[in-house]
Formats: sequence, C-alpha cells, structure tokens
Amino acid sequence: MLDYMSLAQIAEQAEKKCMSIGMMVMYDQAEQTDMDVNQILENMERQLIVMQEAAKKGRDREIRSASGLTGGDAFKMHLHTENNAAMCGSFCSYAMTTAMAVAEYNASMGRIVACPTAGSCGILPGAVLTMMDKKGVSRSKALLGLICAGAVGMVIANKATLSGAAGGCQAECGSASAMAAAAIVEMAGGSPSMAVEAAAMAIKNQMGLVCDPVAGLVEVPCIKRNAGGVMCAITAAEMALAGVRSVIPADEVVEAMREVGDMMPAALRETAQGGLAATPTAKEIARRIFEEGENR
Amino acid sequence: MNIFDIIGPVMIGPSSSHTAGAAKIGYIARKILAKEPVRAEIDLAGSFAQTYRGHGTDKAIIAGILGMKPDHQDLPKSLQIAKERGLAYSINTVSLPKCHPNTAVIRLWDADGEMIEVEGASVGGGNILITRLNGLESAFTGQCNTLIIPHKDTYGVIAGVAQALAAFRINIGNFRLTRQSKGNTAIMTLEIDGEVSRELLMLLRALPNVLHVVYLHTNE
Repeated sequence: MLDYMSLAQIAEQAEKKCMSIGMMVMYDQAEQTDMDVNQILENMERQLIVMQEAAKKGRDREIRSASGLTGGDAFKMHLHTENNAAMCGSFCSYAMTTAMAVAEYNASMGRIVACPTAGSCGILPGAVLTMMDKKGVSRSKALLGLICAGAVGMVIANKATLSGAAGGCQAECGSASAMAAAAIVEMAGGSPSMAVEAAAMAIKNQMGLVCDPVAGLVEVPCIKRNAGGVMCAITAAEMALAGVRSVIPADEVVEAMREVGDMMPAALRETAQGGLAATPTAKEIARRIFEEGENR
Repeated sequence: MNIFDIIGPVMIGPSSSHTAGAAKIGYIARKILAKEPVRAEIDLAGSFAQTYRGHGTDKAIIAGILGMKPDHQDLPKSLQIAKERGLAYSINTVSLPKCHPNTAVIRLWDADGEMIEVEGASVGGGNILITRLNGLESAFTGQCNTLIIPHKDTYGVIAGVAQALAAFRINIGNFRLTRQSKGNTAIMTLEIDGEVSRELLMLLRALPNVLHVVYLHTNE
C-alpha cells in the first residue's frame, strides 16, 4: 500500500511494477478504500463527465459570473481558436480555452469538479480534455490520467497544502498545474519518472504565486490563472517528455513550496488584502460589490 | 484521504467555502428541524457578509435549507424555488465578534411554529463546523454519522442513550454535552461509527427525558 508521502517513491514503485502511475494508484486505492476498481473507474468517469459539461457550457456562449465582474472571455478564446487565429496552435489555445471555460463556469455558479480546489478547477480539465479532443487520447486513458493527477495531489496535500488560504495560489493553481503536467505525461505514454519530473517543473514555475482575489471573489485573477496554469502544465510535460529533468528532486520542490507558503504574509493568502486585491481598481470594485450586497 | 478528495468533490461554484460549505450548513439546519421549513432567517457574518452576493452564499444556504446538496444543479435557482415552495426567508448581514470569518446563523420555523437555531462556520475546502445549536455551544462537522439529542438535564439520560447504542453494537467516536443551566434543557452530540437503524432511533426517542433525536447521516 502506498502512503502518498513521496512523488519519487510513487514513480519508483510504478516502474518496478511496470505500470503507469494511474494504473498502480487505481489498484492501490481499491485496496485502501471501500471501493473496488470498477467503482473507482465509474466514479472517475462521473467526474470526467462533469468536467466535459462544464467546459462545453463555459465555452459555447458568453456567460457572466454571479457578481457580474467577469465572463465572456472563454467564448472569445473559443472563437479565436475556431478561426485558426491562435499563434500557439490549436492544441495550446484549446487547452487555454477549456481551462478558462471551466473556471468561468465555476464563477457563474456552474457545476464543476474541485480539482484540487474550485478556484483552480479549470487546469486539469484543460489538460485532460485537450489530450482527448486534440490528441485522440481514449476515455480509459483519460481516467488513468485523472487518477495519476489525483496521486500527485495527495502527495502535495500530505507534504504541503492545497489551500490558497494556507499556502497562496502556488498551492492551488501550482498544485493543479503539477497534477495536470503528470496527467499529460501519463496520457502521452511517458514513464512514471517523467510524470513526476513534469510535476516538479510545473510547481517550480509557479513557486511563490500569491493568492490575491479581487473583492475576495474566485474571479480576478483566478480565471486567467487557470489558462496560465494549464500552459505551465503543458510546458512542464513537454520538457519531461523530451527527457529534461528537474535539478531539484520533486519531493524537495514540494517541500520548498510548503516553506514558501509558510513564509507568505497573511495579506497574500486569500484575504484580499494584498497583491492585485490591494490595487486602486480592485478596491473600487470591492467597494461597489459590498454596497450592492448591503442594498439588496 | 482518497483520490476523490483531490479529484472532487463535484460542486456548484464558485467557492468551496462560500458556496459548497454554506449549502452544507443550510442542509444540516434543515435536518435538525426535521420538518419542512416555512420560514428562514439567515444572518451572515464576516467574509460571508461581505462577499455573499458574488459567491452565491445566500442561494447556497437557501438551497441547503430546501434539502439540496452542494452539487445540486438547481442550487443557483434556490431563491426562486423557495418562493414556489412557500419558504419565506430573509438575509441579514451582521457582525458577530469572536466568530470564524465565514459564519452563518440560521433560524428555521416549521408550519407548527417550532423553531431551531443553528450557527455554523465554513472552515475551508467545503468543510464545516456547527458551532451552536439553539444557543448552546456545539462542535460537529457532519463528516461522521451524528446523533443530536436535546434532553432534560437530569441523571440517567446519558446512561440510557449509551446503553441503547451499546445494545446495537454502535461505538461512540466523540461525545459532547452542553446545557443552559442545571435542570434545564441540555444537548448531547454523539459522533458514531456505523449506522443507526430505525429501531434504534425509535428506542432512543422513547427514552425518558429525551426531548428529541436528530440523526445526521453522511451517506444521505
């Protein structure tokens, strides 16, 4: 049984068993929980369906958030992608569109999978659905990709934190990005150690990211950070698949992220007191939203 | 923790604490009333008071009071559904010193005029803590099967409850007792392993000096 305390150990175990991380963790979870393999796959399939619906509903037309502050950007990206106007090619722009669509759908009180959190809920679907829709990855491979992502998330939760209030945005979007990077490598047929390298590189590229939501809402800058987060995951996965390795081992990277989170002042951990939330424009937006709440 | 704590839960956005957690507090309040509520007064404090509109905290709590779980598709339409189902509600922003920043106080009435009051905090990641019940201090999360038993503050009531649980081979994982004053109403809250059967509930309700038994079931 796995204790989910070390990414290196997970990769090593999977390689010893000649399995992908997703496959090994699926069997391990069947052993550790009261679910059997069939139920695990069925439940994960349900999560995948929610992700697909959220991506579609967030992308197909303009939606607005509950506060009215954001919306319509995923639709813009969708048209841009459909018109073959994206500079970075349809794979990357589709991933960005999907991540933003899910995040905007969340802000509009849509139904999403918190993966690992609601604020970062677009990043993993951005990676997995893009691999399915643009690279022909099968549903069953996508489910194993999601399980692989979950394993990375469990290690981060055990060794550090997944909460923006505790560790800043690096803990939410950074972790989501690491999970997505590992999932992409798994779905692309890379080795378990490559998946772990990808996770490490994704976290490294978002180390220190603060949580500074304007007016305390899960909108600005969260929605665009979902687009950034999936691109970070793709970058990390691509490097790992090319054989690039993180100089700092993955488990030390996670440890460093925890320490950075501990050093972060409270103003930069979801309290809307610092960073973008403390700008004049953000303060004006916050004032307007609070007044609307009180005058209702 | 398992894989679905990370790839999940499925919830209505935008915020696990301000939306999903809020819905759970409303849901537990309804369970404690144990009847169809006809009137609800909701006080929002701290960050709930400041951002409830953008996070749909009001809609989430009302949805919970109507019996919806945090992933229910109709959660955003709950205010409308409340009107259709004859639930009158009011939302107030208040300041509650010394409370968790995401705290709500919910008062519910049933058609007979019976009233309950629940104070709960959304403590992060969609997890909640009920902090007060009918003005008495409390502390339970709803993550375990929980029995809430208001009773007359007198000898033998706790022993009777413990004996009944033991007879049904149910282990008590956590026990908490609060009372208004000596001889008045007290509430015991028991987090238990295993399921409470209908027979056991009947037995508990029949015990002397037990006023009421609420069973919060996690798999419901």
